Amino acid sequence: MINLLLFPILLPFFFAMILMLFPKKLFLQRAVSIVALLTTIVSSGILLLKVKTDGIQAITLGSWPAPFGISMVSDMLSVLLVLSSTIIALFVVWYSFSSIGKERESFFYYPGILFMLTGVNGAFTTGDIFNMFVFFEVLLMSSYLLIVLGGEKVQLRESIKYILVNVISSALFVITVAYLYSVVGTLNMADISLKIAEINQPGIITVIAILFLLVFGLKGAIFPLFFWLPSSYAAPPIPVLALFGALLTKVGVYAIMRTYTLFFTHDQGYTHDLLMILSILTIVAGCIGALAYFDVKKIIIYNIIIAVGVILFGASRMTETALMGSVFYLIHDIIIKGALFLLIGIIIAITGTSNLRKMGGLIKTYPMLGWTYLIAAFGLAGIPPLSGFIGKLLIVQGGFEAGNVWGSIFILASSLVVLLSVMRIFIYAFWGEPGEIKELDSKQFRNLFTPTLILVGISVLYGVGSEWIVPYMSDAADVMYNPSKYIQAVLGGA
Amino acid sequence: MEIVMCFVIGFLFMAAVYLMLSKSLLRVIIGTGLLSHGAHLLILTMGGLGGSAPPVVSPGVTDYADPLPQALILTAIVISFGVTAFFLVLAYRSYQELETDNMNLMRGTEDHD
Repeated sequence: MINLLLFPILLPFFFAMILMLFPKKLFLQRAVSIVALLTTIVSSGILLLKVKTDGIQAITLGSWPAPFGISMVSDMLSVLLVLSSTIIALFVVWYSFSSIGKERESFFYYPGILFMLTGVNGAFTTGDIFNMFVFFEVLLMSSYLLIVLGGEKVQLRESIKYILVNVISSALFVITVAYLYSVVGTLNMADISLKIAEINQPGIITVIAILFLLVFGLKGAIFPLFFWLPSSYAAPPIPVLALFGALLTKVGVYAIMRTYTLFFTHDQGYTHDLLMILSILTIVAGCIGALAYFDVKKIIIYNIIIAVGVILFGASRMTETALMGSVFYLIHDIIIKGALFLLIGIIIAITGTSNLRKMGGLIKTYPMLGWTYLIAAFGLAGIPPLSGFIGKLLIVQGGFEAGNVWGSIFILASSLVVLLSVMRIFIYAFWGEPGEIKELDSKQFRNLFTPTLILVGISVLYGVGSEWIVPYMSDAADVMYNPSKYIQAVLGGA
Repeated sequence: MEIVMCFVIGFLFMAAVYLMLSKSLLRVIIGTGLLSHGAHLLILTMGGLGGSAPPVVSPGVTDYADPLPQALILTAIVISFGVTAFFLVLAYRSYQELETDNMNLMRGTEDHD
């Protein structure tokens, strides 16, 4: 069953094609997309166990031997990301049933989500740098559809900017791949790593490393390149925002982690220190944004940027502890950001506004919502038994091990700012005098709240049960720390 | 030959950047088209020009053309074609809805909070 690692890519693709045949039949659309996501989760779960017992899985398409054909590689990092992305997609689809509206549902909304999942899972799984570009385009095309679907004025205006930024970054991606190809003469990621090690990373490869940082930084929203993100992400409706916030930037972050642990490991004094400085600046910029706004969407969106900084700081330190912390925090952030966006979606649905100043007193009418939000907020900030804690602990510890006391202090301080920014939502929205409340009928509230509650529950389990998750995480960090295992798995069998 | 290609690519990038910095949305889209043309030519040049024989193994031939850049360019052309088509439709739709194609009038958020 070596083809197993293609299933999480092919299943959503296959079901999305089927869904396009009958866009107007709402019940079938919903049922088929749930079936699609459940089968994808099952297949990626089986793949996870397979990778755990048998090590890295690799397949070359068309059975061309490894450096020539396109390789697909599933190591622990990629399969964990595939699994958690699919889980998020399932809950977002469930939540969409009663929030996205019939017009969007009957206009290729679910196929859009499944095609995006195809691209996301493909980008996580591929072992070929040009193939990664293709999967990026697959997920971007579907994200263009999702961000503009509905055609409100603000959506049209923001999607123009979103598409323009992504077209430019895609062109840069092609250019960078062309430069890399001219130097090393191969596109297979394992082979590139070998070739760069052979020529001992001359200056031109370092330039290419920085170009890759630009390309993936534009997608993943690192410090000088995050400018497009807040206003673009605020435009689409909440379920789409949750999907984008949880998955899209993480693909960029994954690509940075992959290229910087596999390819460009020979001049860390330059490339990785630059990455560290940028990640700290990203955290600072995100903190400023998270405190500056009174718009709940914007506050959580800026928290995405903070998380990107924290993950990349861990990745830039290249010690095994810090890498493990990064993986931990990456998965945690996918789950908790999805949950938080769904929660503020409910808050916005109840109050009818995203402006904090107009909210208040929700704890009287919706106590369960308030306490769930509080748990999610504590999880995001990393209060000990919850899921953010262990990742941040490991990242900070890795920073100290690598001798970057100041970087670690920045991470710790950022946790306080994160806590303050999300507690501000709690205080304004749930305490104080009751503001305007749009009566949400209790059935719709239940439909919105159930998936959100389960997702918060998963994030709590992820934190409390970290004892059981640690072996998986250390496997993922181990492959990043020892790229030779990755290379061995791809090229060794050929 | 490489030098000539470099100048062509550089000129395409220059024109693309100039167009993308203008206010009119249509010019911006044409700019992205030129940018992708430049990128495609760059792949071709970076793969190494030359190679007289087609990349099919035949006796007595050593100077094959590199087939890989052509495959990459083909893929990239198809993708940029799709994106440009989508972008043009989006531009038309938003011109109908927003009643402007001036990028300067599309900035900011509604409530400026």
